Amino acid sequence: MRSFEYVAPRVLSEALAAVAERGERARVLAGGTDILVQLRAGRRQVDRLVDVKAIPEVNELSYDPHRGLRLGAAVPCYRVYEQGSVAQAYPGLIDAVSLVGGTQIQGRASVGGNLCNAAPSGDTIPALIALGAVCIVASPATTREMPAEDFCTAPGRTVLQPGEMLVNLRIPPPARRSGAAYLRFIPRNEMDIAVVGVGASVVLDDARQRFVSARIALGAVAPTPLLVKAAGEALAGQDVSERSIEAAAAAAMAAARPITDMRGTVEQRRHLVGALTRRALRRAIQRASEE
Amino acid sequence: MLERLRVQTLVNGEEIEFLCEPRQSLLEALRDILKLTGTKEGCNDGNCGACSVILNGRLVDSCLVLAAEVQGATVETVEGLAGPTGLHPLQQSFLEQAALQCGICTPGFLMAAKALLDREPHPSEARVRLWLAGNLCRCTGYDKIVRAVLDAADKMEVARP
Ligand SMILES: Cc1cc2nc3c(=O)[nH]c(=O)nc-3n(C[C@H](O)[C@H](O)[C@H](O)COP(=O)(O)OP(=O)(O)OC[C@H]3O[C@@H](n4cnc5c(N)ncnc54)[C@H](O)[C@@H]3O)c2cc1C
Ligand code: FES
Ligand code: FES
Repeated sequence: MRSFEYVAPRVLSEALAAVAERGERARVLAGGTDILVQLRAGRRQVDRLVDVKAIPEVNELSYDPHRGLRLGAAVPCYRVYEQGSVAQAYPGLIDAVSLVGGTQIQGRASVGGNLCNAAPSGDTIPALIALGAVCIVASPATTREMPAEDFCTAPGRTVLQPGEMLVNLRIPPPARRSGAAYLRFIPRNEMDIAVVGVGASVVLDDARQRFVSARIALGAVAPTPLLVKAAGEALAGQDVSERSIEAAAAAAMAAARPITDMRGTVEQRRHLVGALTRRALRRAIQRASEE
Repeated sequence: MLERLRVQTLVNGEEIEFLCEPRQSLLEALRDILKLTGTKEGCNDGNCGACSVILNGRLVDSCLVLAAEVQGATVETVEGLAGPTGLHPLQQSFLEQAALQCGICTPGFLMAAKALLDREPHPSEARVRLWLAGNLCRCTGYDKIVRAVLDAADKMEVARP
């Protein structure tokens, strides 16, 4: 690994200044499970790593039934699934964080790092999009927000400008009769990169017979994780039935723009989008019905 | 000019201070600076678990932690596993169950298994297999390792007052 400077500020303003000072030559260090691998392989070069794990805002994990979830950008996966109230309110997010890497990776890897790394296959990203997460981004001068589906712009690229960092994510409180799920396909049982990932969230009416609204997001089938608006629209106002689920799956398959690579072919990926959309929806519906 | 960082940390219960470069990993610090060579390097990219140590109570791959990040932290390595009275039950079970051949994966498996039994004294076989998914072994076929961990859990249960 080439030499770089390491700083670990304790206040957000210092971290923002430390990042901004070096522009593109500075990177944030969260769990390090992407950035250290990339630096070691020479795929990325930096002059400065800014470790943000000592900054309170970036490590906050708090859930309030009225305000929703505040998920600091550097909070590691294990904290998300070990905090009971969070696990209960957001099972769709738990699906995703509990399958990032193995035990060791989950001890370090953050949801914010997964998002900022912007891999098309990042497992937490479709779950965040399905749940309507909002990203809070700051620079020394300003703060701005954007929905999770607008955060990634290309493989490895995000809306972050030099000098900006992701501070935290906010997820709205789960609506009444809502449920969510994330599923991925990998050829093994664990420790692999998604061939396809699908996040789904639904809100049902009081009788649990109609969809009030739904959001479907896909991973690993386009240059960035994808919100499929047409799939949500295919469900809103419709009866909860295999027919409406099928319509949403068809919309998701139509929206997918997969490529053929070592992990799978275009045909296999498109097929998987359909299968996983149906299953994720059924699981989300089940969770919404149990609620 | 290479800046060196002074890091103070607790390794296996002992207060330790060392100097490192910002780019050095915890794995390099343990092996090359502190001469604690029990922790092994396999892939150096987070896939094999040979470098597993317990950092502030959590299992991590020490190749994916910077040495500078352990300032003020607590680190447990395989060197700290055996007690004054002998081997840790996990080490004993690994021997008895022949859960190692070449042995390069063993320190990582031991620390991973310790991290599990520290928080879940009675894991199911499925739980052990899932927990150890981040540790690779090219020799044993895993079965004996899983049996050794379950056996150690039983031993520790009997030994508990
Ligand atoms: C063995 C192994 C298995 C893995 N398995 C999976 C898997 O199953 N699914 C999956 O999705 N990923 C997987 N990954 C990839 C990785 O673990 C995840 O992407 C993880 O969530 C990254 O988080 P981190 O905190 O480690 O990020 P870091 O490596 O610290 O950061 C990642 C990138 O984001 C930037 N960054 C981080 N935080 C911020 C911030 N707050 N503001 C601005 N920029 C920021 C960093 O500069 C860096 O470029 C795996 C990695 C390994 C090594
Ligand atoms: S050497 Fe660290 S995981 Fe392989
Ligand atoms: S005993 Fe040789 S790799 Fe596990």
